[in-house]
Amino acid sequence: MSTGAVPVDGLAGTVRTANSPRFFRRLVRQRLALVCLVYLAIVVLLGIIAPLALPGISNEQAGNLLAVRQGPSAAHLLGTDTLGRDVLERLLVGTRITVVGVAEALVVILLLGVPVGLVAGYFGGWLDRIAMWLADLSFAVPGIVVVLMVLSVFPESMFAAMVTYGVLVAPMLTRVVRAAVLPVRQELYISAAQASGLSRTYVISRHVLPRVAGPIVVQASFLAALALLAQTGLAFLGLLVRAPSPSWGGMVADGANVIILQPWLIWPPGIAIALTILALGLLGDSVRDALTETWAPPVHSVRHRGGLTRGASPIEQVRDLSALLSVRGLRIEFTSGPGRDVCAVDDVTFDVYASETVGLIGESGCGKTATAMSVLGLLPGTGRVKAGAIYFEGRDLTALREAELHSIRGGAIALVSQEPMVSFNPTLRVGTQLAEVVRRHTGLTRAAARSRVLELFRRVHLPAPEVVARRYPHELSGGMAQRVALARALAGEPKLLIADEPTTALDVTVQAEILELFRELQRESRMAILLITHDWGVVADICDRAIVLYAGQIVERAPLLAMFREPMHPYTKALLAANPHGAHGKQVLPSIPGVVPPPGQWPQGCHFYDRCSYATSACGQGPISLQAVGEGRVSRCIHTDRLTVAQ
Amino acid sequence: MMRVAVRRLLTGVVLLFVVSGVSFILLALTPGDAARAIVGIDASHSEYERVRQQLGLDLPLPDQYWRWLWQAVHGNFGASVVTQQPVREAIDQRLSVTASLIVGSLLVILVLGVAFGVFSAVRGGVAGKLVDAFALGAFAVPAFWLGEVLITVFAVKLHWLPAIGYVPFAQSPMGWLESLVLPVLALAAGGVAAIARQTREAMLEALGSEYVRMARATGISRGSILFRHAFRNAALRVVTVLGWIFVGLLGGTVFVESVFGLPGMGGLAVTAATDHDVPLIQGVVVYFTLLVVVVNALIDLLYRWLDPRLRVG
Repeated sequence: MSTGAVPVDGLAGTVRTANSPRFFRRLVRQRLALVCLVYLAIVVLLGIIAPLALPGISNEQAGNLLAVRQGPSAAHLLGTDTLGRDVLERLLVGTRITVVGVAEALVVILLLGVPVGLVAGYFGGWLDRIAMWLADLSFAVPGIVVVLMVLSVFPESMFAAMVTYGVLVAPMLTRVVRAAVLPVRQELYISAAQASGLSRTYVISRHVLPRVAGPIVVQASFLAALALLAQTGLAFLGLLVRAPSPSWGGMVADGANVIILQPWLIWPPGIAIALTILALGLLGDSVRDALTETWAPPVHSVRHRGGLTRGASPIEQVRDLSALLSVRGLRIEFTSGPGRDVCAVDDVTFDVYASETVGLIGESGCGKTATAMSVLGLLPGTGRVKAGAIYFEGRDLTALREAELHSIRGGAIALVSQEPMVSFNPTLRVGTQLAEVVRRHTGLTRAAARSRVLELFRRVHLPAPEVVARRYPHELSGGMAQRVALARALAGEPKLLIADEPTTALDVTVQAEILELFRELQRESRMAILLITHDWGVVADICDRAIVLYAGQIVERAPLLAMFREPMHPYTKALLAANPHGAHGKQVLPSIPGVVPPPGQWPQGCHFYDRCSYATSACGQGPISLQAVGEGRVSRCIHTDRLTVAQ
Repeated sequence: MMRVAVRRLLTGVVLLFVVSGVSFILLALTPGDAARAIVGIDASHSEYERVRQQLGLDLPLPDQYWRWLWQAVHGNFGASVVTQQPVREAIDQRLSVTASLIVGSLLVILVLGVAFGVFSAVRGGVAGKLVDAFALGAFAVPAFWLGEVLITVFAVKLHWLPAIGYVPFAQSPMGWLESLVLPVLALAAGGVAAIARQTREAMLEALGSEYVRMARATGISRGSILFRHAFRNAALRVVTVLGWIFVGLLGGTVFVESVFGLPGMGGLAVTAATDHDVPLIQGVVVYFTLLVVVVNALIDLLYRWLDPRLRVG
């Protein structure tokens, strides 16, 4: 495949640095890598032993001339060639020249590529720039032709040819090594090692090199495959090996000369070449797989039709028919490994009514976004709704087919995300992208959709709509991008807008403007907003009611003022106390000790048990269910009485 | 945009200096005497002197290089030591063959490679695995051997296509096409595998991106998400490897033209290497490098044109 000599750059980009001992254990566990290694070891051994065990073969001018071009038989397992010589013997002896040639190139590649890459990546600066510039230069050199030029000056010198080839492809390794060193250099223990007075040579060879060994193996096996292609190709052209001496490439050429009389002869050497390249390629792939976590998101996540959970809190089962969105006993699971399902959201129940704003609040990793995305049927990766129901205008969204959900997305239910900039396709103008959404939901003509987009831009108060429409996403400021994203959400005249941290990435002044815009749009259209945030300021600013999530569960749900005045769950209380907006002067901001337990590591009883200052032994006994604690509010705490007394 | 192109071309000029300089250093490194190596031990003294003078070996090395460079800039690469034909003429005669081969292969690579890559990324499952297996196989099979296998099957066994030889387009368009099918397939296979793999990875990355998640949340059709949104971005990454593909194809012509007896530049390079015809192969190397520099500059412009983030407003 000298044709596709493409160093797939992704190789370098996605490979993580190896954590040596664990990495090699993982590699050996992969049977494929082991098979490849064993095969390659056999090839190398044959290259050493075969010429010694079969000493006459490399000088054998002719074999049995009465038995030429025979197919495979018991006497000659792979048949005989056009001069009556045994094909198998020649194949075995010919292994040596290929092994030697590839080894020559590989040694040059490693000696040149690894040190230059280490130095360029570690020291950076002008050393790096020169190395990368030289590498870029070498990539434009037609390697094989330069090798031919060398061979025209040093006839039949495989050493000169393979060393030249090694020099020309070594920059491919340099680049990979450099890319792998860059992140390692940033790590603390490297600067610590340096600060403690260890020499740079020592730090690079003892600390950096082992961490980049994985990517080196991946790229080196790929480059060895290229060297093998070059070596056999040049031997095929008769430029490396003098006549009776056997080589894999030369045997293909011999077979090609008599292809009409005996087509069999090209197969044994061809298969030997292909298998060896395959072994090198697969070895590289396995090492890479052992280095990277393979995560390929399916285009459509698996959906599960679920009814109500048996474990759902009893007071919560009644469905409110007047609600726009009515979530009941929602349980979301992710698959973290074969047969290992982890629950991320458990028994979540809430309602959203028309023209109100409901805040979904909690620390990162509480299941806010998973809850919101399940409404759209767009759980990422392996996520799926395991139980519960999501009623929207009377229909259970979890039971809908993909096509039915499809017409709701961007139509009746729209989404605004946290990072407006990356939520647009970077290669299309934003006007074009919005027009597509408008046409999808209104069936307008192209021209009508264009003017509708401008109308939407005016609604979100974008100055100079015509100019903005012609911009690409990267040409927008954060605030503008969020307005465009809002305009996109409005394209389908949604009844429910899900806003996932819509102001987190914005400046404080822009934040206020965007929130004001939300309020204004809501006044105009009776649109309900489900706002996901971790910022009490935003909640206070815009929400009518708030839902507090902790470790996958609702811990408290209440009208906003009531919750602010009298939190009915220790977590809400602690979260409110930790709110920087409420802090004054030199007051030390209280924080909640510990971290949110990740899905799969939730405590038996109350999920907040480990971090709660009110916890008693009863809290850890078993699941705590939600209970009504006042007008329109619920709490998942058995000590609400103590909470209110403490206030 | 122009500045980028100019910078690219300047780098190319530097590269040409380096390549031609290296070829001269090589001559200087030749054990003994390059002229002797070229004419052989048995040649007469006058023959030896003629080659020596023709190569300018009687001059000091920097002078030799300067002389060669001056001539090369004017399009004169000297004459073949063996046939006395001017190098430029020899190359010009063969350019169209190699160009046909490479353009044909690029077309096959882009169409099949991208199709396989997208299919594998989108379908996954058994179909995806098949595409992956094909890509791996195509990577492992050397072009020269694949060429021989294709000859065995389609020329020797089935008699569908000619085994070797080239028919100029002007002589017979159909014959030209027939003479190119097998060489193009042999040359393109590896590139198809590489592009399929690259496309697959780029598509998977694009499909996992935030803008695709948002596009899905806006209810846009699956077809539009795949091709208008995800593929548009994946294509950018495919374009970045086209330069590699092109260099690989140039190298591949060396083998494929020899297998199929095509009178192109790759075959010329092999003949030159076999005959120790240094001026001729120097000319081929410089021509190939020039081609790579120009093509890389074009790819760079294409990339900048495709990716609005790199466009200079």
